[in-house]
Amino acid sequence: MTKEYKTITEISGPLVFLEKTEPVGYGELVLINLPDGTTKRGQVLDTSADLVAVQVFEGTGGLNEESGVVFTGETIKLPVSKDMLGRILSGSGEPLDGGPRIIPEDRVDVNGASMNPYSRMPPEDFIQTGISTIDGTNTLVRGQKLPIFSGSGLPHNEIALQIARQAKVPGSTEEFAVVFAAMGITSEEAQYFMEDFEKTGALERAVVFLNLADDPAVERLITPRMALTAAEYLAYEHDMHVLVILTDITNYCEALRQMGAAREEVPGRRGYPGYMYTDLASLYERAGVIKGRKGSVTQFSILTMPGDDITHPIPDLSGYITEGQIVVSRELHRKGIYPPINVLPSLSRLMNSGIGAGKTRDDHKAVSDQMYAAYAEGRDLRGLVAIVGKEALSERDQRILEFADLFEDRFVRQGRDEDRTIEDTLNVSWSILAELPEALLTRVDNKYIQKYHPAHKGK
Amino acid sequence: MKGEIYRVAGPVVTIRGIRPKMYDVVHVGHEGLMGEVIRIQGDKATVQVYEDTSGIRPGEPVVNTGMSLSVELGPGLLESIYDGIQRPLRVLQEKMGDFIQRGVTANGLDRERVWEFKPIAKNGDSVKGGDVLGLVQETENIEHKIMVPPTVSGTISEIKSGSFKVDETICVLASGTEISMMQKWPVRKPRPVGKKLMPNRPLITGQRILDGLFPVAKGGTAAIPGPFGSGKTVTQQQLAKWSDTDIVVYIGCGERGNEMADVLNEFPELQDPKTGRPLMERTVLIANTSNMPVAAREASVYTGITIAEYYRDMGYDVSLMADSTSRWAEAMREISSRLEEMPGEEGYPAYLSARLSEFYERAGYVRTLEGKEGSITVIGAVSPPGGDFSEPVTQNTLRIVKVFWALDAKLAQRRHFPSINWLTSYSLYTQGLADWFTENVAPDWVPLRDHAMDLLQQEAELQEIVQLVGSDALPEDQQIVLEIARMIREYFLQQNAFHPVDTYCPFDKQYKLLKAISKYGEMATAALESGIPMKDILSVESKDELAKVKFEEDFQSALDTVMTKMDKEFAQLGGK
Ligand SMILES: Nc1ncnc2c1ncn2[C@@H]1O[C@H](COP(=O)(O)OP(=O)(O)OP(=O)(O)O)[C@@H](O)[C@H]1O
Ligand SMILES: [Mg+2]
Repeated sequence: MTKEYKTITEISGPLVFLEKTEPVGYGELVLINLPDGTTKRGQVLDTSADLVAVQVFEGTGGLNEESGVVFTGETIKLPVSKDMLGRILSGSGEPLDGGPRIIPEDRVDVNGASMNPYSRMPPEDFIQTGISTIDGTNTLVRGQKLPIFSGSGLPHNEIALQIARQAKVPGSTEEFAVVFAAMGITSEEAQYFMEDFEKTGALERAVVFLNLADDPAVERLITPRMALTAAEYLAYEHDMHVLVILTDITNYCEALRQMGAAREEVPGRRGYPGYMYTDLASLYERAGVIKGRKGSVTQFSILTMPGDDITHPIPDLSGYITEGQIVVSRELHRKGIYPPINVLPSLSRLMNSGIGAGKTRDDHKAVSDQMYAAYAEGRDLRGLVAIVGKEALSERDQRILEFADLFEDRFVRQGRDEDRTIEDTLNVSWSILAELPEALLTRVDNKYIQKYHPAHKGK
Repeated sequence: MKGEIYRVAGPVVTIRGIRPKMYDVVHVGHEGLMGEVIRIQGDKATVQVYEDTSGIRPGEPVVNTGMSLSVELGPGLLESIYDGIQRPLRVLQEKMGDFIQRGVTANGLDRERVWEFKPIAKNGDSVKGGDVLGLVQETENIEHKIMVPPTVSGTISEIKSGSFKVDETICVLASGTEISMMQKWPVRKPRPVGKKLMPNRPLITGQRILDGLFPVAKGGTAAIPGPFGSGKTVTQQQLAKWSDTDIVVYIGCGERGNEMADVLNEFPELQDPKTGRPLMERTVLIANTSNMPVAAREASVYTGITIAEYYRDMGYDVSLMADSTSRWAEAMREISSRLEEMPGEEGYPAYLSARLSEFYERAGYVRTLEGKEGSITVIGAVSPPGGDFSEPVTQNTLRIVKVFWALDAKLAQRRHFPSINWLTSYSLYTQGLADWFTENVAPDWVPLRDHAMDLLQQEAELQEIVQLVGSDALPEDQQIVLEIARMIREYFLQQNAFHPVDTYCPFDKQYKLLKAISKYGEMATAALESGIPMKDILSVESKDELAKVKFEEDFQSALDTVMTKMDKEFAQLGGK
């Protein structure tokens, strides 16, 4: 299969069309030899007896009809090995750190096969991130996919790094391995991550894939697949618990849109391809725990919502696939609160399986529900106060209004290096709930009030 | 004739060299990937392939089976989990491990398993399609009726008794036709019924807002649209768990793998409230998750509804949950755009609305071919982009279904669950079921419920005023209305699916709870009229205690205690 074809008939955007080839497999890896001696890589998108369409990862710059095309006869594979840990690779898996090539223990198709739902083990191991708005009210569990929905200029990178530093499963000494994939972020941002990884020693147990803003957009389509392939390998072949951070999903989707336009497809909502849901699912669903295997893949990706709009197709379709979302709020950020996580639109769907007696604490669910209800009402009242003034509020409403402030100030706000245990988080929760009249604690069973309410505790 | 692949573009493969019929199942490539013919054009045909097509090349062979996509129907469906084309996921795991590889075939029904067949029909009986030949105890509580296939009839010349595998002959007709315990049926074709009847009994779900305010009838149709994270899946799972139905078919169509794992994990542990047996024993699961091939996702709803029809034909009440029909519609859109069909609204194919109505039309309360009664209730989740209900899938669905449970992101955000909006949701069965409720729940159930609805409406109007002037500015009787409406929302409508007691609420308890709230309302209004200050009426302790009785294991005695206290408290308030 080393035959080289010089039958390119058309080059259009990232696509190349060729005629008169031997039968070529769908999805096959393609090597394109340019007249200047360089080689680019691509993938077969459409193949028939008469015409083959190839999408070129490194972009079609420099290509012409003279370029030679070689079909490799196999789909795109990533050489994997435990030695990937500590390495920095390009968005298509080539070493960038000056180190040697990875000596593969195996070569794995980057598209991954779908996990049989019957083999999945429902995730339920509580991960303590040390951040109250996550641990207390939007609990993350091992094997979950829980992205950060943020906006440009908000401190999502800090939050992601704080989580990567602090994440642990209480009672387990095992550290997470981190697979970090940059997709179209600036080199400055990438630098920020790398420095933190180096400073904290996290790099030793990390694999980094970098596709930066000035790297070709098409490459972005395989970068996350490479990263997830590495993660699955470490998790399922080497029993590691892997935390995958993909950033920024929005750049990935832009690349997807760009490719769709190049293929002249009928665009879906706001110009994004109609298959974007399926495509994103093929990334996000690569998280989980498998029955009978020790490792796990947890995804904690970053997505910046264009125009802070959660109904934009990128966050919208993501939210429909992931197991919740952590929403970073510009309003809280402006108020100077870190981490500016707004718990109301945030959600962890797997929280219920990760908390409670024996996992976190028996009162966890009730405390969380109660704080949500009171905070939501308090925020509504802020709107009302702006119109009618605080005096027009009933005594009850005033207390709830004050609760909302306390919640932001004591529960949400914490230091960039403040690593709260779940006990700390729940204790902070009770200290602010205690400021509400007890009759308003309708979501908390009396037995927990007796057990944990500062006014009753130990009496 | 030998067929070959002409072109491969994702899940859509063009073939030539053979002349298949529309919807024939073909096997493409050296690995024999399964696909279905969806277009014929000149000497070529287009096939949607149910498995990943990476590496498949033009020129590889194609074989036509000449059969339409069919499911295998017979004992062994219950407790199974299938992919969209009825391959048992358990078998796929045994054959290829934890990740789904392609090119593996697996029978829908286990060919090795032996079932005890007890004949009912006798030699010499003349039988027609739908008649019951005999019985198999499929699970502890479900008796599987072995029926004559709908298209077959004749006189029995031999009927056996004893242990058989599903494909062994258990009955022979005079014509020589052999009948086994397994039938095959093409999924895209509805199974015939005797007659469609008007639904007249409610599906009791144990969910207060559904049973109480927006009931669905057995044999009816309902849609749950809502933005992500608003509670579609939790509601559907609650229905699958607690409905008073004989059989549940649950289709995870293009959704999360972990959700299916959750059901698989939980259902064998949970008890059917009616029979006390593990829920799994009445359940068939179809899981074609978002990362599994889209063409099989498209097929999954048909596979599911055909299985549902088969149990309905036995005279059972079947509930089918499809989560989410939007993913099914998107699969149609994806395939249609690969075919370069003329797109309709938002890129969906022009036949979207027709497909949706054909699907929901397969629901119904019917007289079966045999003359018994059976039903299929269909409940479809809808996932509108951006939570905007004006999009085509929601709109087309609403034109068809009779019950609309509108999920509301605002309610979900404040953890009001189930976050079904009580102002915009509706049920067109409410009237038709009124007699049933009056007879079976309580004579005053209907007025009680109507009154609650009315208070909620009033609350919505009053809230608009409150937004402008604050609640203290309202007249006292209206403040009472606000308070009672709040109690209805928080004490009655809110129901925590994850609370061991509250997750399921029998009708009797629903009635008593609403009655208790209404009782407070009456006493409060009377007290106000006799000049007792608002503040005192609102600070009645038993009112707040009523909030928690629904969580009590011993509901009745908790309620009695609270209500006795309430009487006492109001008596102490006095008045003129
Ligand atoms: N009745 C309920 N009781 C308690 N919690 C609920 C209830 N309904 C929903 N929830 C909460 O809301 C979360 C989201 O619900 P669910 O997964 O059903 O949303 P969905 O509408 O199916 O979302 P998607 O479209 O993304 O699949 C659940 O994980 C749970 O925490
Ligand atoms: Mg769902």
